[in-house]
Amino acid sequence: MSSSEVASDLSPLNRLWKAFASVKLTIVLLLTLAATSIIGTLIPQNETPVAYVQAFGEFWYRLFALLGVFDMYSSWWFRSLILLLTANIVVCSIDRLQFTWKIIFARHPKFNIARFRRFKRKEEFKAERAPDRLKNIYPSIVARRFGYHRVEDTDEGFAVYGESGRWTRLGVYIVHFSVVLLLIGGLIGSIFGFDGFVNIPEGETVRTIQLRNNPKNLQLDFEIRCDDFNVTFYDTGAPKEFRSSLTILKQGKPVYQKDIIVNDPLQYEGIRFFQSSYGNLPPNEVMLNFTSKATGMIYNQKAAVDKQIVIPENLGTFALKQFTRAADFRGQNIGEAFIGVLTPPNGSPVDVTLPLRFPRFDRMRKGDVVIAIADYLPRYYTGLQVSRDPGVWVVYTGFILMIIGIYITFFMSHKQVCVEVTADGKKSRIKVSGTANKNKLGMENKVSNLSEKLAETESSAKGEAKN
Amino acid sequence: MSSSNILSIITFVYGLAGVLYIFAWIFKKPGCGKLATWVAMIGVIGNTAGILLRWVESYRLGIGHAPFSNLYESLVFFAWTIALIYLFIERRFGNRIIGAFTTPIACLAMAYASLKPGITSDIQPLLPALKSNWLIAHVITCFIGYAAFAIAFGISAMYLMKQAQDDEKVIWLDFVRPITLFVFITLFSRILLVGNWALSAMTALPICLVFYAGVFIVRRMPANIKNSLLEMFPEPRVLDELGYQMVLFGFLFLSVGIITGAVWANSAWGRYWGWDPKETWSLITWFVYATVLHARMMRDWRGQRLAYLSMVGFAAVLFTYFGVNLLPGLHSYGALGQ
Ligand code: HEM
Repeated sequence: MSSSEVASDLSPLNRLWKAFASVKLTIVLLLTLAATSIIGTLIPQNETPVAYVQAFGEFWYRLFALLGVFDMYSSWWFRSLILLLTANIVVCSIDRLQFTWKIIFARHPKFNIARFRRFKRKEEFKAERAPDRLKNIYPSIVARRFGYHRVEDTDEGFAVYGESGRWTRLGVYIVHFSVVLLLIGGLIGSIFGFDGFVNIPEGETVRTIQLRNNPKNLQLDFEIRCDDFNVTFYDTGAPKEFRSSLTILKQGKPVYQKDIIVNDPLQYEGIRFFQSSYGNLPPNEVMLNFTSKATGMIYNQKAAVDKQIVIPENLGTFALKQFTRAADFRGQNIGEAFIGVLTPPNGSPVDVTLPLRFPRFDRMRKGDVVIAIADYLPRYYTGLQVSRDPGVWVVYTGFILMIIGIYITFFMSHKQVCVEVTADGKKSRIKVSGTANKNKLGMENKVSNLSEKLAETESSAKGEAKN
Repeated sequence: MSSSNILSIITFVYGLAGVLYIFAWIFKKPGCGKLATWVAMIGVIGNTAGILLRWVESYRLGIGHAPFSNLYESLVFFAWTIALIYLFIERRFGNRIIGAFTTPIACLAMAYASLKPGITSDIQPLLPALKSNWLIAHVITCFIGYAAFAIAFGISAMYLMKQAQDDEKVIWLDFVRPITLFVFITLFSRILLVGNWALSAMTALPICLVFYAGVFIVRRMPANIKNSLLEMFPEPRVLDELGYQMVLFGFLFLSVGIITGAVWANSAWGRYWGWDPKETWSLITWFVYATVLHARMMRDWRGQRLAYLSMVGFAAVLFTYFGVNLLPGLHSYGALGQ
């Protein structure tokens, strides 16, 4: 169906086609998408129901939930809008392409001299030579500036047609096709891809990934181990680099190793691991020192959770029991600490708090032995974002095509010129006119340039005649 | 002299250029206009020097990175691009009045960068997520796009002044006009001065009234004064075309900007699109300008309708740029992970 066809007695299917080929629909859809997209930026997405009820109250929560506002970009109505836009682009492009295709791939481009004669803006000049002499010179000049040229005889002389950039009419279709590619790529990604995360403590190996927006876990075909994690800081205290050394294992054997930092992920079997966050873990091992009140002697001992330590001078036994992120001291948070149990030789066991940050804290207990954490190796876990997106190459192709397509549509055009030469006695009269589907101002310049160039051959011809 | 000192001075240079352009326009002093061009050129040169010096300084501090990494630096680059594109247009079209509507925007951007509390001009080390060449490409292309849209906005404003009455009567414009004005002033005052939305809406109201009073007075002005102010404006046809060219230019760069941003997000987090408010707003902007293109190409919208539509587009630009930070409960820009 070309849009030029008469709009009477259309079948319902044709009418539907026409509706989707309309740019009015495009404008309505684009503005509707723009307006509705705002909602999801005003209402934070994908929070917990509790948070929403607190923020909006029960009634509005129900209503919003019904409309899918809390996850609006994947709600049925938003997806329908995008689907409509896609249908609109596809139908509209096909509808117009039939027409454009004929123009672009015409074997012999049609030139209609009457059309060029009608243009108001023309460059005109007179030449001393007769048309048949100019016929040897002009075509090559036109050919140099426009890719295609053709000479046709007219009643009183001849005309040279030139044209370039016919194919640039395809630019818009490239743009529209690229939009469709983006949507297809996104669809492929959401069907065949996944998005998840995993935390791996240093030295440990995992194969289960927690999926995002999905309660299920994912089992990988391989295992991934974090050998080491490091964070470095600037002098200001801002983080400078997060680095995880990762090893991929298959059936327990290392097959691939890579250090990843933010912006430089590891990829294995199409699955990518991105450095995303990190956190502290309780140290596996700490160096404790025990200071005897009686003798003032200090004894160093390595300790791990649940390992019994016998304190010299018969001061009893000690064992670390657990680690806490926020130990409490008289209602104050004193940060990360180990809680241990000291069992004196004669007496009941007492709990001892050993904050990592305050090594002298245990003095306040005023016991026979003061216990302190002298040293420990910090231990981290690395937080990895894990994703697989087989659609990403379709999307990237779309990106490239879109940029190329927009450039072609905006800044290149289909240009046509006509140089008409008519006999004027023994001399000639020349009229140059041209047209372009875009940037008409630029085309006017091009026409006057061409005309100047043609006129210049006069003076050089005169020079030759004199010699 | 440090780069931020130079850049503070450049704020005044752009301001001076703006004042000179306005003088040249209102009092018809071509000499003033020529001077304005020179001042604007000095501004661009100083602005360039400031950006380059800042780059060098960051290396001296041992945290070397290209100066396109935070709000301050992007605003400085924004001003630079506006001034540069404007000078290019001036050369091409030989009309200096457009300068009276564009150099003040450059000055405003710089002044905002220097004066707004909370925007630091310190050179900050780059957070890990920001260490990416895609990010540099993203910031540069986005801001070239925004600058083109800012100029298109200035030109639309000129168009609306020149062509106060369209040949055709467009009914919806009667509603859209005051709403656009109100939204704009609210947005501006919220971004520039006021601490909350209700208050900015309240300050916007009297400003709108003053504006309408101004329009009313101008309408009553003797025709000869009115004409003498407007006669130097380019033809409406030229303004319309020029504004559209700027939108084309901006649309190309906005598209490249969104794309490089998506590629960056994909390399940092493994997803090229996440509907976070900043991304969403840039897409909204893109939709609005895509509408401008189609409306003009296919439905032959021109004149006032298109001028308003492109002003709505610029409101979306402003919101993408500043407004998003004012939204409730957001992940901060460029934070690591979510
Ligand atoms: C987000 C989606 C879209 C984008 C990014 C887009 C982009 C473009 C661009 C850049 C142009 C060239 C404009 C110019 O040269 O000034 C264009 C032209 C056009 N668009 Fe779209 N477009 C989109 C959606 C649509 C849809 C849904 C339709 C369906 C009716 C459509 C129909 C057209 C038509 C008919 C033209 C003019 C083609 C010609 O010159 O023959 N566009 N589009």
